[in-house]
Amino acid sequence: MFTKRCFAALFTVALSPGLLFGAATISGKITYTGTPAKAKVIDMSKEPTCAKQHPTPITTEAVVTGANNTLANVVVYISAGAPEEPNPATQAVTFTQKGCQYIPHVIALRPGQELKVVNEDQTSHNIHPLAKVNREWNKSQPPGTPPLSEKFDKEEFIPVKCNVHPWMHGYFAVLKTSHYAISGQDGTFKLPDLPAGKYTITAWQEDYGTQTQDVTVSGNDSKTVDFTFKAKPY
Amino acid sequence: MRTTSQRLLKHFALAVLFSVFSLAQEAHVGNLTGHAASGKKLYRRFCVGCHGPLGDGNGENAQWIDPKPRDFTAATFKCRSTPTGTLPTDDDLYNSVGRGFTNSNMPHWDALTNQNRIDLVAYIKTLSPRWQSEKAGEPIKVPAEPAVTIESISHGAELFQKMECWKCHGPQGKGDGPSAATLTDSKDNPIRPYNFASGADDSRFKCGSTNQDLYRIFMTGVDGTPMPSFADVIQPKDAWDLVHYLRTLQTHRHSKENDVLKASGGKIPSKAPESNSPAPSENKGSGN
Repeated sequence: MFTKRCFAALFTVALSPGLLFGAATISGKITYTGTPAKAKVIDMSKEPTCAKQHPTPITTEAVVTGANNTLANVVVYISAGAPEEPNPATQAVTFTQKGCQYIPHVIALRPGQELKVVNEDQTSHNIHPLAKVNREWNKSQPPGTPPLSEKFDKEEFIPVKCNVHPWMHGYFAVLKTSHYAISGQDGTFKLPDLPAGKYTITAWQEDYGTQTQDVTVSGNDSKTVDFTFKAKPY
Repeated sequence: MRTTSQRLLKHFALAVLFSVFSLAQEAHVGNLTGHAASGKKLYRRFCVGCHGPLGDGNGENAQWIDPKPRDFTAATFKCRSTPTGTLPTDDDLYNSVGRGFTNSNMPHWDALTNQNRIDLVAYIKTLSPRWQSEKAGEPIKVPAEPAVTIESISHGAELFQKMECWKCHGPQGKGDGPSAATLTDSKDNPIRPYNFASGADDSRFKCGSTNQDLYRIFMTGVDGTPMPSFADVIQPKDAWDLVHYLRTLQTHRHSKENDVLKASGGKIPSKAPESNSPAPSENKGSGN
């Protein structure tokens, strides 16, 4: 009986917004060892309206690196230990098709959060998320049509592609937590506003898989957690 | 300390769960009711060779088959009356079993009775957990077809350019557009876009042979394949015009559309070319 009340009390406290966000920060850098596969140059000659937007041809983005072996587009998030967050985020996340490229290459959003897909090109794209846990759908978006509004219900890393332009690949990372970050070209990430607690931090890279580390923070701690992926040469 | 009401609640929840589960083991079309238990026996006899014992499309014949047998565990279906991403209705699945799939190894199951087919549908719906947590989508409404005129055919031809159908289906609908060679289905198997010019008079579409079926395809998309849904971006009248034009691409097929085209001299009148719709250079091919 007593324990039950305790749990109930804890539960209510955990749901109050004050405890969802604290003052601790976890930050770090994502790097790789070894030699990553060389990014391939994309031939857009079949889509002249896109090709002309890239005076220098662009390359595939499955692995994007920076100086000193840093890795970009790595999704870092709290995969365990974070308090449940009952409400979906209210702000939409925008995913843009421009120059036959996905900008950004990886987005993160929460279940139920609005995804806005924008076509800024003079060509039709089809947005085809190859979801396995969520629903797989496939919608055409001709030039000049309004943004598509969609959402996903469940946690999943969903590859998204355009069948008309086979070089277009991206990812939707649907995450339960709002404590996430996506590394930039310099490989750094920052998870601020964390309440005290023991967390599992997961770093995900589309070709190199996931890595996890446990870390405990309290008060306004500032801790550093770095991840190193082993590059695949092909 | 657990109260009686809590215990009752638990039993009630279990009962609800159980009844939902057993409902999912049934299928309904008209006044037929299909039962998964009967469907399972039929499945093991007629379907297992291709679709596999688990329903994942990995039956022993699957390696010889192109396109691959459907994976029922993913519950992604090509021929639906429902929006992209949603589950099909029982009618949709029932019709697919009866109709078979043109240009694939899936025959039309004339040998099975109507009761057999609906039993199979009920069993197929036990192969993915999605059927327990989701309802079928709301069927897309197909408005009455307007009259076929040379104007509707001509406008359809413009839309074929504007919506860039030719990128995959080719400038003359022969399935040879610039993106055709790179297309893959959702399991990364190569897949060809529909060739409208293929076949003789009975050339059929995968999901039915009427103009209504063709209209529905734009609106639902063909899930699991590169063909997207245009429901958000095409008006019903425009979709009908496109249907009328596509029928004229089936050059060997007798149709009212081809009759109208012939009566107008066999040529689609073209408007002044729009600057933003690139004329595909492949247009000049001899046609074969």
